[in-house]
Amino acid sequence: MTFLELKDLRIHFPTDDGLVKSVDGLSYSLERGKTLGIVGESGSGKSVTSLGILGLHKGGPAKISGEIWLDGEELVSASAEHVRTLRGKKMAMIFQDPLSAMHPFYTVGAQIIEAYRIHHNVSKKVARKHAIDMLDRVGIPQPDRRVDSYPHEFSGGMRQRAMIAMALSCDPELLIADEPTTALDVTVQAQILDLMRDLQRDFNAALIIITHDLGVVAELSDDILVMYAGKAIEYGTAEDIFERPEHPYTWGLLGSMPRLDRERTERLVPIKGTPPSLINVPQGCAFHPRCAYEDRTGGKSTTEVPALLESEGGHLVRCHLPRDVRRAVWENEIKPNLEAS
Amino acid sequence: MTDPLLSVQNLQKHFPITKGLLKRQVGAVKAVDGVSFDVVKGETIGLVGESGCGKTTTGRLITRLIEPTGGKIVFEGHDITHASQGRMRPLRRDVQMIFQDPYSSLNPRHTVGAIVGAPFRIQGIKTEQGTKKAVQEILELVGLNPEHYNRYPHEFSGGQRQRIGIARTLALKPKLIIADEPVSALDVSIQAQVVNLLEDLQNELDLTYVVIAHDLSVVRHISDRVAVMYLGKIVELADRKSLYESPMHPYTNALLSAVPIPDPKRRKERERIRLQGDVPSPLNPPPACRFHTRCWKAQEICSQVEPPLLALATGHQVACHFPENAPAPGAVSTTGEGLVTADGGPAAGDGTAAE
Repeated sequence: MTFLELKDLRIHFPTDDGLVKSVDGLSYSLERGKTLGIVGESGSGKSVTSLGILGLHKGGPAKISGEIWLDGEELVSASAEHVRTLRGKKMAMIFQDPLSAMHPFYTVGAQIIEAYRIHHNVSKKVARKHAIDMLDRVGIPQPDRRVDSYPHEFSGGMRQRAMIAMALSCDPELLIADEPTTALDVTVQAQILDLMRDLQRDFNAALIIITHDLGVVAELSDDILVMYAGKAIEYGTAEDIFERPEHPYTWGLLGSMPRLDRERTERLVPIKGTPPSLINVPQGCAFHPRCAYEDRTGGKSTTEVPALLESEGGHLVRCHLPRDVRRAVWENEIKPNLEAS
Repeated sequence: MTDPLLSVQNLQKHFPITKGLLKRQVGAVKAVDGVSFDVVKGETIGLVGESGCGKTTTGRLITRLIEPTGGKIVFEGHDITHASQGRMRPLRRDVQMIFQDPYSSLNPRHTVGAIVGAPFRIQGIKTEQGTKKAVQEILELVGLNPEHYNRYPHEFSGGQRQRIGIARTLALKPKLIIADEPVSALDVSIQAQVVNLLEDLQNELDLTYVVIAHDLSVVRHISDRVAVMYLGKIVELADRKSLYESPMHPYTNALLSAVPIPDPKRRKERERIRLQGDVPSPLNPPPACRFHTRCWKAQEICSQVEPPLLALATGHQVACHFPENAPAPGAVSTTGEGLVTADGGPAAGDGTAAE
């Protein structure tokens, strides 16, 4: 049985200006001990999906359909109370900005203790001991003293460590990290990425890492899902996405990014235009107004929404271009440009 | 060598910390503590470092948005370190700034026309066909639709707003542009558009840039020379190729090795230098070499003698007792180019031999 499986998940928000289709028919699966990287620009629906898995849209204005299966339980139809008992223990989340995700009036220890005692019937003393152990585990120096510190007394990197300690305090089987290192400096980011890799191995959790940074994704992920305008447009192993990407948007992301591991290219190759408004998603393929290969689809891109189809060995692509055209374009037109002359 | 467009000499900015009713000064945050570099016309110099290293403060000092505590800023031969508001005003045409956050740097109640036209109004410049025409030409130059003259900032996306900010910067045809994290608030695909735009504008308008950023790959892409800062000081300054291919300062090495590489095949074979802990507080920086508390090569001398910024290779300055990738001592004269003389520290020559 698959540990986590999303089937045709849709999360729509009615607004005064129209229906915002933040997530529009998303399916993926994830096993214990594996890491899924979700990549996309702002507004592609990557964070909304995760909040949906955690049940944080329940009771709000969002209209949710589809299925979310976590360890044999369906969560979309489950009651808010039931999902609440899973949250923290079965699944937990690491947020981007630890300063706003932690309560400024309570000590770091108190916040970890609270989460632990909700799920475990233990005394405060035992929970405090556990909190100190967790802080120690994530590499906070002098955890027995720092447990009584307030979030503002921590540096950015320490705060993110404390957040990770809190998320891991109940030994969750699914851990969702939403831009866990975006607010951090590069040396601290490297520390946190190492920490997450080690912890995942020790706890054998399923990890979803959401980010716009392809470097971070490449460091951690087994599988990668590229999202655009609420839909998955490419889904495959990390090697599929970086070695044999087949979607023009993925090519665009790779071309937009200056890289330190290669010779410097004279020019970046950006994607033209801007990400679409989710109220007014373009007809047909949502990416077609920005796509440089749109003219090779025989006019289908403006009328028909492409399906997410298997290219080879579980590598899924949502594109109208025929497979051999995509491969030829990548090999002959895109790849040589990414490597400096 | 031609005279530099901008010369920064031993620049310092100490923010006082006061306490009590009488605002007695009890200490100072040494945000920038003795920074020197030259900027030649037409080049791009990148300032990189982690948060709190003083790169943004340096940018604001150069544009004189804040008053320097010490040192000297020379622009086109004029000392502008303590120039008055009135004397600075004509110079502001020549030195402009691009800000990081395209949301808070544009007045939401002004139209694009008013925002980009403001420099003309403030400087009292009359253009041949009126300000409106001039503004529309600039909008076109940065890739915006000139018909959007009457729109408000909220009607634009993040990338377009950053273009509005750049248009305002360019209005008076400046010579020097300080760009403080010009792309870090933008989506990846938009970042590349703005980076390319900055490069095109540099070629077309013969601009000189000081780019402040924390993203080492963006800095490599756009800079000719790069200065690495740590706790208010420059620890390494070199041309792009030398800095990225043979960095000498351990901190530069650590920074470069910390950047995640978008290549899943290489993640296993890669060796990473792990720095311990966080950047120390600039309120109470470590003595002598400020990096010694996190440096794996540190020895006794590092906590006692501050390493001077020396040119160990042509155009490659580094402040370290035990630099890596350094040529053998004596092979290079320390008097070549660069602003720093060798009289800063006693054991500098011996230090270069150690590995």
